[in-house]
Amino acid sequence: MIESMIQFILAGLTSGAIYALVGLGFSIIYNASHVINFAQGEFIVIGGMSTVALLAAGVPLPLAIVLATLVTMLVGLALARFAIQPAKDADVVALIIITIGASIFLRGVVQLVFGKDIHSLPAFSGETPLNLMGATLMPQSLWVMGISSALIVVIAWFFNATLAGKAMLATAYNALAARLMGVDTKWVLLSAFALSALLGAVGGIVVTPITFVSYESGIMLGLKGFSAAVLGGLGNGVGAVAGGLILGIVEAMSAGYLSSAYKDAIAFIIILVVLVVRPNGLFGKKGIDRV
Amino acid sequence: MTSMLPSALRLPPALHRHRGLIILAALIAVLPLALRNDYHYDVVINAGLNAIVVVGLNLLIGYAGQISLGHAAFFGLGAYVSAILTTTYGWPALGAMATGIVVVGIVAYVIARPILRLKGHYLAMATLGIGVIISIVLNTEAQVTGGPDGMSAAPFTVLGYTFASEQSWYWLVGGALLLTVWLSTNLIDSPIGRALRALHGAEIGARVVGIDTTRYKVLIFVISAMFASFAGSLFAHHTPTVTPSILGFIKSVEFVVMAVFGGMASVMGSVVGAFIMTLLPNVLAAFEDFEPIILGGIMMGTMIFMPKGLVPTIAKKLRRKEAP
Repeated sequence: MIESMIQFILAGLTSGAIYALVGLGFSIIYNASHVINFAQGEFIVIGGMSTVALLAAGVPLPLAIVLATLVTMLVGLALARFAIQPAKDADVVALIIITIGASIFLRGVVQLVFGKDIHSLPAFSGETPLNLMGATLMPQSLWVMGISSALIVVIAWFFNATLAGKAMLATAYNALAARLMGVDTKWVLLSAFALSALLGAVGGIVVTPITFVSYESGIMLGLKGFSAAVLGGLGNGVGAVAGGLILGIVEAMSAGYLSSAYKDAIAFIIILVVLVVRPNGLFGKKGIDRV
Repeated sequence: MTSMLPSALRLPPALHRHRGLIILAALIAVLPLALRNDYHYDVVINAGLNAIVVVGLNLLIGYAGQISLGHAAFFGLGAYVSAILTTTYGWPALGAMATGIVVVGIVAYVIARPILRLKGHYLAMATLGIGVIISIVLNTEAQVTGGPDGMSAAPFTVLGYTFASEQSWYWLVGGALLLTVWLSTNLIDSPIGRALRALHGAEIGARVVGIDTTRYKVLIFVISAMFASFAGSLFAHHTPTVTPSILGFIKSVEFVVMAVFGGMASVMGSVVGAFIMTLLPNVLAAFEDFEPIILGGIMMGTMIFMPKGLVPTIAKKLRRKEAP
């Protein structure tokens, strides 16, 4: 009984860690530009797929990971520069269409370059399961949780302790005031996309040995990341991480105790309930409208 | 639109209001001259069905300024109600269709009240979530819906006449589209339409001058869902099998793209957008591998270079040319 419970929590934390990274990516871009980047899931796929391809080409794993992350960041920069910046003043609906268009576009490119097959990566440190109070844990899950936590700590440090990070926060708070204080807000938009791409790529790479990767796998992961960000309150980094973990655990629990067919539905039902009770997410501030 | 007609062709005021409808009816009447085989008819029929959904969805997006990323769920729900009632329970097609429209109207009403208090991205998330939930339910309840394999509806029979040939379906869907456009045009010109436009411009402002904004948003959400259900029922009878893929997230996105590409807040734009975006994959079939790249490129390009959409942008250009 308690073993299966621990088992579900471990599974939930593993997928929750990925949702948290994707959700954090959504929040960073949202803060910098008020854009919801529906192409966030594609960063995961591009990260995972590029690593697979580089590894197959004989590049050692650590180098392949670094190169794949850089490739994904370049894609993120290109997206910001050529699709988001030209449409800076468009309204919410238009920006949603642009990023959905970008995700379809990138999915097409991935399918063209890497094909439609499902790929995997070898686990970073073997496949021998660890035993934790009667529950089994794959070493790769530890990698997922460890690297995600490390990234989240680094991101928190970046925003709270570096000048660049503070400049990005200032832009999120009041873009005009930030510009008047000498912050280059164009640079902020580009860095936000690069940073989100980095989070997505690393998340995609560490999780590929567990969940595999195909050109299509970004859709659901992107939606889950978006859900995590909304659950925690859009633009709230801590909220996105909490939202991701809650989502992961709830999903694993409902798959285990209720029905695996309905696990995705249950996640969305919870989000709807949260939105109805707290329209700005669990940790979001109340918005004020102006005429 | 006025400017698109030479001044000699200017219509009397009563007809002038429905000039779009008249042009559309004329196009529907002559289009069969260009259709060579059943495949052509099939593509155009599906374009017409999509157009019905998009005209309704555009009332919500273009006039009420609310986004829905879950409208395919209403289309699919209508299709499944028709398929289940006519096949499993032997209901007459029109009765099943009417039941579908009522059921979807009620579902939309129940979810609209809490959901439409949300704004922008939160609303997008909520409608997306509802779409995903309905799609998962239909996928999972296989004993009722056939699960992933889907199910088929009985032939569409009205007063003893069965619509079997593609030609008969063409006229049926053409008539249904004209009905939808006529209803929408009337709605937009009614006090409800004016209230909706006020709501899009400035919701707080509209509320201050005494417009019950929530009531109107709910109303238009329900109406647009019912249009989708209507099209879904027709689709169920026309297609060989109704499968859950017709109500997925991607399908919802396609509907939004059609509305936005054709032109927000433009009934004719919705029709044009639906036709072009339905025909496009068939035209691109030869470059199958490039289809998503081209589709995504069009979505981004339209929003960047003509954010108002195709029909309003062209209409504006023509008007400017004509002005002295």
